[in-house]
Amino acid sequence: MATYTLKVRRYQPESGEGPYWEEFDVELDPSLSVLDGLLQARDRDDGSLSVRCSCRAAICGSCGMKINGQSGLGCKTQIGEAHTQANRRPKESSAAPGRGLNGGSISDSSAVAGAEEAAPIVVEPMGNMPVIKDLITDMESTHWEKIRRVTPWLLPHGDPPEREYVVEPQSMIDITQSMACIQCGACVSSCLSMEADPEFVGPAALAKAYRFVGDPRDAETKERLHDLGEDPHGIYDCTHCFSCIDACPKGVAPMDQIMRLRRKASEEGIEDPNSGHAHEIAFVKIIEKKGTLDEAMLPQESFAPGIKGKLKPSKRGIGELFKALPTVFRAMRTGKARLKFVPGLHRKLPGGAQDEVKAIYRHAEKHREELNIYIQGDEDLEPEPDETEAEEIAAEEGTP
Amino acid sequence: MKLAYWPGCVSRGFTTELHGSMALVADRLGIELVELDRANCCGAGVIAEHNQELADTLNARTFALAQQTGLAMMNICSTCQGAQSECQQRLDADSAYRAHINEALSGQGLEYVKGKDGFTNKNFLWLLVEDYGLDKLAEKVVRPLSGLRVGPFYGCYVVRPKERLGYGEHPERDLYLEKVIETLGGEVVSYDGARKCCGFPVITMNRETSLRQAGTHVGDALDAGADCLVTPCPLCHLNLDMQQPEAAKIVNRELGLAVLHLPQLVGLALGAEPKQLGMGKHIASTDWVEERLARSRVPA
Repeated sequence: MATYTLKVRRYQPESGEGPYWEEFDVELDPSLSVLDGLLQARDRDDGSLSVRCSCRAAICGSCGMKINGQSGLGCKTQIGEAHTQANRRPKESSAAPGRGLNGGSISDSSAVAGAEEAAPIVVEPMGNMPVIKDLITDMESTHWEKIRRVTPWLLPHGDPPEREYVVEPQSMIDITQSMACIQCGACVSSCLSMEADPEFVGPAALAKAYRFVGDPRDAETKERLHDLGEDPHGIYDCTHCFSCIDACPKGVAPMDQIMRLRRKASEEGIEDPNSGHAHEIAFVKIIEKKGTLDEAMLPQESFAPGIKGKLKPSKRGIGELFKALPTVFRAMRTGKARLKFVPGLHRKLPGGAQDEVKAIYRHAEKHREELNIYIQGDEDLEPEPDETEAEEIAAEEGTP
Repeated sequence: MKLAYWPGCVSRGFTTELHGSMALVADRLGIELVELDRANCCGAGVIAEHNQELADTLNARTFALAQQTGLAMMNICSTCQGAQSECQQRLDADSAYRAHINEALSGQGLEYVKGKDGFTNKNFLWLLVEDYGLDKLAEKVVRPLSGLRVGPFYGCYVVRPKERLGYGEHPERDLYLEKVIETLGGEVVSYDGARKCCGFPVITMNRETSLRQAGTHVGDALDAGADCLVTPCPLCHLNLDMQQPEAAKIVNRELGLAVLHLPQLVGLALGAEPKQLGMGKHIASTDWVEERLARSRVPA
């Protein structure tokens, strides 16, 4: 048993007041969960403290929340671990102005540990969603609306078979990861693209989309890829921040599924209005030719592809190139990169190394093998300490 | 200390001041760098979204070149670290897959061997804290950054995903910038964006979203009283510094906050002059950093 302080961001719409912080002291075993702590506070201190929960076993996906700024499930986060997390931040400089509740963002994820006093565990409702009350968010207007956006059901063609669909087990393995989703919304809460662009279809919905794109029974794979590639807030709006991977309590790794969608869309050659496909192809081709990135070539080839044949700029491409000009001029003025803004001057790798890179391209483009380490992989990535020790002892003794 | 050194593309492209300041700082720290001049781009996650095998083979080649030197490998770019760690995770996970990838390298007399001589690939930040040591760094400080209020900006690729990036063994990797700032005598400024995304990966696809991210973080750091930001990622630097005037237009406020590369911040504390560290090449002026340091050095 230990005592923990939970600092909860509270909001009671009927009060007419804005959100505020309230601290609760709870007493429980460190191996119990943050959700257990919240329920104890509700039980002993304030029956109005509102939190959504059901199974308490990371299955129902009801208790999504932010704990010390990290999105996840309240029932899957041990309170002892959360306490440690809250208290490992270095001491903040004392002169830093505090961030008040009225300053727009009220995130307190960087709660600071004083030298004397333990920092509380900071509990907030999920991000990127409207708050209904205390820790309860409106999943409907963001999460579920986006899920529905991707047509989250199977679209087979033709009459259904007389008995069940027969598929190769092998062909279903790759989508097991996205099938593990429990719709808790933690990835949506953590998404840094959505924070800047609320229209982004988002990690949960796109992971769900891959569940059907990758399903051999679905007959509208191409249509789905066109739909999600051509949406300006679709698959090319993800900013590679990996937040959803760390937030997901079930190992779905939504960002990895978005990258799978991009690979499939790329194989289909789908042109998107964001130049996402053109950017990818330009990048890949530049490295094949030069080995390292010709940064001036990248925007030119993304917006006005011309490596093969004539320049083919789109209207948006020309606009985007124009928008880049002030940045180019500023950088030339400071001497940051004078000649580097001339596309094509970039040198290729020395001494035959470029040919080695080209040989790699030939090999890899032929196979296009993909390793999904959620399901494949025959080796432990991080050996248990005992195992390493045993190996060392074996090596010392010279045993084979 | 001698290391196989992969500088990455951007440090020799639009942020040459990073490449230069790293060389200067390595020299002052007594670190010998053997540059992998035949190595190729890490793919920055973009090649992997085109063809995973291609990205894995290209990075296996870089690792194999580093392993040929028998030295540990160092990079100076969060994005290189993240993209290379991603490929290394797959290469290390499956012996048959590794053999398939090595097949493509065999014609070049190269092979990536898992765990060969305890092979590691660490960025300068991790290396500084874990291998060089903050005590030793403190001994090298000749001009403490007293009074300089520095906001850390990590870059997603060295913060997430935790499992891939070795946080099991090194749980404080997302606190190292704070530790380094303090070791150099500076003050850490806490603000909302330190571990968020700079927006650079979508600058081509969604310029407004991208610049809103950069502008918001710079603005938050200014509001928290920062004199400058420091980042171990040159791609973050492109969005936070080179694009800063454009980001200011998107978030509709005045910005103007210096963004230093990690080796530049270290270099200042080791007594190097801002000009030697290429700080004049930045878009957001670094004058205030110099003025702040000059002021704090005036005896009371």
